[in-house]
Amino acid sequence: MKMSTDTLTDLVKAPLVVALGLIVALLVLGELLSPGFASASQIMRLLIVASILGVVAAGQNLVILGGREGIDLSVGGVVSLSAVIAGNMMQGSDAGIIPAILACLATGAFFGLLNGLGVTLLRIPPLIMTLGMLGVLQGLLVVVRSGIPSGLAAPGLARFVTQPFLFGIPGMIWLWAAIGVLMALLLRRTLFGYRIYAIGSNENAARMAGVPADLIRVSLFVFSGMFAAIAGFCIIGYSGSSFSNVGAQYMLASIIAVVLGGTPLSGGKGGYTGTMAGAVLLILLQSILTTLNIEEAGRQFAFGATLLVLMLFYGRGKALRG
Amino acid sequence: MSLQSQANPHQRSIFERFPFIPALGILVVLMVLNGVAEPNSMSYGAITGLTKTYLALMFLAVAQSIVVFSSDIDLSVGAILSLVNVVVVVLIERLGGGPSAVLLSCFAGILVGTLCGVFNGFVVVGLRLQPIVATFATGIVFTGLALWVLPVAGMPVPQSFWRTYGGRMLDIPFVFYIVAALGLLIWLAVKTKYIIQVMAVGDNRLAAYQSGLPVTRIRITAYALCGMLSAVAALCIIGDTASGDPVVGNAMTLYSVAAVVLGGTALSGGSGSMLGSAIGALIIGLINSFVFFAGITSEWQNFAQGVAVLVALMAGVLVTRRISK
Repeated sequence: MKMSTDTLTDLVKAPLVVALGLIVALLVLGELLSPGFASASQIMRLLIVASILGVVAAGQNLVILGGREGIDLSVGGVVSLSAVIAGNMMQGSDAGIIPAILACLATGAFFGLLNGLGVTLLRIPPLIMTLGMLGVLQGLLVVVRSGIPSGLAAPGLARFVTQPFLFGIPGMIWLWAAIGVLMALLLRRTLFGYRIYAIGSNENAARMAGVPADLIRVSLFVFSGMFAAIAGFCIIGYSGSSFSNVGAQYMLASIIAVVLGGTPLSGGKGGYTGTMAGAVLLILLQSILTTLNIEEAGRQFAFGATLLVLMLFYGRGKALRG
Repeated sequence: MSLQSQANPHQRSIFERFPFIPALGILVVLMVLNGVAEPNSMSYGAITGLTKTYLALMFLAVAQSIVVFSSDIDLSVGAILSLVNVVVVVLIERLGGGPSAVLLSCFAGILVGTLCGVFNGFVVVGLRLQPIVATFATGIVFTGLALWVLPVAGMPVPQSFWRTYGGRMLDIPFVFYIVAALGLLIWLAVKTKYIIQVMAVGDNRLAAYQSGLPVTRIRITAYALCGMLSAVAALCIIGDTASGDPVVGNAMTLYSVAAVVLGGTALSGGSGSMLGSAIGALIIGLINSFVFFAGITSEWQNFAQGVAVLVALMAGVLVTRRISK
């Protein structure tokens, strides 16, 4: 019988279950505070916003899973840059969609590759490498923006992101769901996925077992850059045109979504399903605080304080004694 | 300054004793480059101006390095700076703006900064949350408080405040006295038992605990000192900008981390140099000024700064690693 109580406690403590429980609780709270908060259209809008964060967090999640203090602070820069590139290439025409997405993906992959090479070949700690890259990207953003008028989303992209596509659900949410399924398959069903966990939990052991750790780590950073690029591309569809440094808010938000989803920053364990719940949770929290109609000061204070409380549920470190 | 090298002082190389030497080298190179690009940029007046602008970042970097020594990180230093900035400015105004009001407000600001640091320590060490995300969250809380104290930027400080900061004493710019005080502080700090303990905790937390060091207290103290020095940085910002701004410091957080790394301190903790962090802050300042004076067109300046900082960061990591081998 002890077995089953343990399983039950484990289940209640599982980050995904906690996050889902909190999501339901917040939805109920939101509905009580402001009727209509949990209506279908509102939830759909929330999910679109969450999906953009969720796509960034997918890449962040991979980098963090790979361990060795893996973290990508440059995602915000890639998001901003690819939003501007996408807008400038589409200029409101559907014909520009394909070239724009290719350009964005190439940009994301390129900067991810640079990050990955710095982290593996030169063994620069990821935090430092990606922090420096963030500065480069922000500088590049100034260059790309100046002179050229801010771009415009193609109508097709805007429809895809905001309008119902299939069964009344926008294409953006379908895309996120597809990414969720693919990530789960990648992490749980492929050799590549197993190897990510292997290098994340014990890199030396993995290397001795013949895992090409450097190659995998580089590819994780490339994935992270590409996911951030996709998010930047989709933001243009959501907002219509690019505005300055739209991606800055995604840097730490993506890390927090990963942590709230049960992947510790030390890497080697966790998964993307939890991160998706973490992203929804984060957006929901922000949305409720906006609904409350309090001043910016109170909103920030409550947001930070709630994050601290939420973190108490997850990944607390081990005590030194005992 | 790892424990091992403490045990065999004779085997320590000069670089190990003074991990800031590579940073000093980069600093000298940058000064020469600046001087070549624009001789006036290295004039007495220009260096005074540079110090005035980057003194806050120097304090912030030194603050950050103490936490990094113990293998933690504080992403709320910028928010602490902002909060202290508005608290001091508003207090000076409320207390009437006289000299005693200014002094009292400065002390209150330093107290607020220290309390923020203690709170960070409680959250990271006491509640055992992950430093990166936890201090990011506390930073949001501090920003909320700052916005509550002063919702929009503005509210000037009395003339006496910024006149003193930007002025001269005995014909020497006032900021150089503060730099000297910072140097003295670092010199004294390095001699304390505490700094050795903090390095020991950063080098190997479990070993430090097992050998009887009060690890929890040492780490919380590091956060408290970090908050206190961030508050001093806030006072420098007030001297430079002469007004209150609830988000003035938030962009400086990541620069403080970069300055620490540029100064030859590894983020893994257990070794490093506070002097190096102060030099790292100056390196960032000199990179920015060089990019300006080198005649790079304005739209490419940010990019050039970004690339230069990235290259300096990478070079710093590589050189430091090569030396410590």
